[in-house]
Amino acid sequence: MSLEGQSLRQFDSASKWSGKTVCSKADIQEEVIMKKTVFLGALTVAGLAAGVAAAGTLDDVKARGKLNCGVTTGLVGFAAPDANGEWSGFDVAVCRAVAAAVLGDGNAVEFVPTTGKTRFTALASGEIDMLARNTTWTFSRDVDLKFTFVGVNYYDGQGFMAPKELGVSSAKELDGATVCIQTGTTTELNLADFFRANNISYEPVPIETNSEAQQQYLAGACDVFTTDASGLAATRATFENPGDHILLPEIVSKEPLGPLVRHGDNEWGDAVRWTLNALITAEELGVTSANIADMSASAGNNPEINRLLGTEGNLGEMLGLSADWAKNAIAVSGNYGEIFEKNIGESTPIGLARGLNAQWTDGGLIYSPPFR
Amino acid sequence: MSNSNSSPVAFVRETFLDEQPAPTSAAGPVKWVKDNLFPTWANALLTVVALYMVYVLLSSSMPWLLSGVWNAESLAGCREVLDGQTGACFAVLTERWNQLLFGFKYPPDQYWRPTLAFALMFAALAPVLFFDLPRKLLIVTALFPFVAYWLIWGGTILAPIFALLGVIAGYVVYERFVKGSFAAGFLGGVAAAFVVWIIGGMLIPEGASENALLSAVPSRDLGGFMLNMMLGLTCVSLSVPLGIALALGRQSDLPLIKVICVVFIEFIRGVPLITLLFVASVMLSYFFPPNTGVDLFLRVVIMITMFSAAYIAEVIRGGLAALPKGQYEAADSLGLDYAQAMRLIILPQALKISIPGIVNVAVGLFKDTVLVSVISMFDLVGMIRGPIVASTDWNGIYWELYLFASVLFFVVCYGISQYSQWLERRLATDHR
Repeated sequence: MSLEGQSLRQFDSASKWSGKTVCSKADIQEEVIMKKTVFLGALTVAGLAAGVAAAGTLDDVKARGKLNCGVTTGLVGFAAPDANGEWSGFDVAVCRAVAAAVLGDGNAVEFVPTTGKTRFTALASGEIDMLARNTTWTFSRDVDLKFTFVGVNYYDGQGFMAPKELGVSSAKELDGATVCIQTGTTTELNLADFFRANNISYEPVPIETNSEAQQQYLAGACDVFTTDASGLAATRATFENPGDHILLPEIVSKEPLGPLVRHGDNEWGDAVRWTLNALITAEELGVTSANIADMSASAGNNPEINRLLGTEGNLGEMLGLSADWAKNAIAVSGNYGEIFEKNIGESTPIGLARGLNAQWTDGGLIYSPPFR
Repeated sequence: MSNSNSSPVAFVRETFLDEQPAPTSAAGPVKWVKDNLFPTWANALLTVVALYMVYVLLSSSMPWLLSGVWNAESLAGCREVLDGQTGACFAVLTERWNQLLFGFKYPPDQYWRPTLAFALMFAALAPVLFFDLPRKLLIVTALFPFVAYWLIWGGTILAPIFALLGVIAGYVVYERFVKGSFAAGFLGGVAAAFVVWIIGGMLIPEGASENALLSAVPSRDLGGFMLNMMLGLTCVSLSVPLGIALALGRQSDLPLIKVICVVFIEFIRGVPLITLLFVASVMLSYFFPPNTGVDLFLRVVIMITMFSAAYIAEVIRGGLAALPKGQYEAADSLGLDYAQAMRLIILPQALKISIPGIVNVAVGLFKDTVLVSVISMFDLVGMIRGPIVASTDWNGIYWELYLFASVLFFVVCYGISQYSQWLERRLATDHR
């Protein structure tokens, strides 16, 4: 899930910490918890109550005229500011699309950079309206931390990279290999599971951060480097001779990444969810940034496109948005496929194939419920 | 006389011989080398090994440094230019120069503002650091915080003006009442300053910052080395007076003050700085309602100041403890009250003793400001770790950036350390 060193480990501690305080709000009578954290809990309840009192994030965003969108402090292809300070990337495009859908302007976004340590508190405290930060959708984040994942914009998974000269073509041939692995992450646990399930042995080389891992791997301290597949591809793209290294076909874990919002504000959750779905549906229906102006000018033959672009029906009104909300969202940086190609696709240095992230019609997992 | 000497002297030299250079084996570079590098077999061996090490280091690093590429669009572009040769890719520094210094969100057409504030900083620091300069220059120092605030953050000029007025009002009240008692003067001054600030805050019209002469720049847009300098300078200058107050409070005879100071110092010293920073950035946002609360920069300044004040307090306590008891008694016997005794007798001596320790804390504090990168503030290291390394263009570049950061920090820290050595020599009045 992360290119950055420690975010998964940080999440573990974050979940314990905020899990406890959030619980103390919900089960305010539970004296067992309250006794321990009575002071902290009381203050947290006060803070959360203030956050809940300001519910109606959709109205807040409209009134503010700006969307506060949490992104990473920098992850290749997913979110990073360029030399002029303009943010771009795969996750950033989701923020811009939501801003365009709600406010009609894809630049009406205040990007709030968050680290793995600060992202969940920033969202829970209301500092940001939504988080689009390559965050894995897991049970505990959804249920225990009380966030709503509105969908998946990238299906990631843990993979392996090895030098070509090692001569392996499958991770199952890695018996006895030394593996560079970031300590304290779920990738470490996934790795152990995989090797045990296949009854082969390995020797872990513990590494603190991803950049250290790159150096160690290139220096030959380990035979194989494992982390999320998108991270491996991005890492390999930075090598002097990327062609000397191959990504092994096995993917040993599920890391669905997606944008998330706070629990309990369904209008806002719907706005973000259906903006993401609009991007996906646009690709499925062939609506692109090139032809959207024509298609939205008047109702065409395809009723679903008409409903999506607001030339027919009143879907925008149901969401509490303008009729051309989806058109605005798609016009910012194109449909899902265009966003993918522009930021992380095969034409970029990162060069990720669509793979699991192809449309369901092409054998992938990207699938939007119908606009009806 | 000469006549009585029958055998005349055959030769009398009437001029001195010219001075001859010493033999090469007894002076000059040869002797130096012989004495210092090859006096014994063991030393000669060490010299050879050391020379070899230097050669290995230089021969591996100099080609990398000297054939560095300074103009390229991306890491891939650098590698194209180098074409397989060894060489650094300094192009990242030239392309991201402004981002490294000012962060990535400070408006580029306003870069002159922090630059001007940086230049003014030297004018403001000079009279404090070099006390041979005319004392009137201290007016520049007193005005500097307000001018610098206005330059860097912009917005309405009324805010720094009212802040300044509050300080002036506080000072006037203090001057008036301090003759009666120090406490009355101090507390009265603080109260007067707050009154002016509150009234001033109400007088500033809503939206005054929108069409101000200098456009307003929010704190979250600050970054780069500028942020390190701002945090370092603010926190050091705030924590020295606070540290002195804490050190004196810890020696107080009043149990309440003493307990407060001891608890504060021991608590802060017992907690890592990074946890304090997390409290500032993460926990406090839970306690404030959304869209309100204290500016993140201010929260961080408060936390770092508290942290370094606790350390400086302990350093100064050491200085106070090093003074002979006779100094305190001498002050009492002159009939000085507590404030006078401290100001005129005790503190000048205690602070002089404490200079190395205080400078040590200041240098450490300045370097600790990079820790704010973990709470998503984009200081120099934050910029490197986050936006720059994560950009598609520059992903995979490390040495050049961190080398640059270390050069910047070294220059500042070495400067501080050289100043403190000068200061110690300047203040040396004892006979060692």
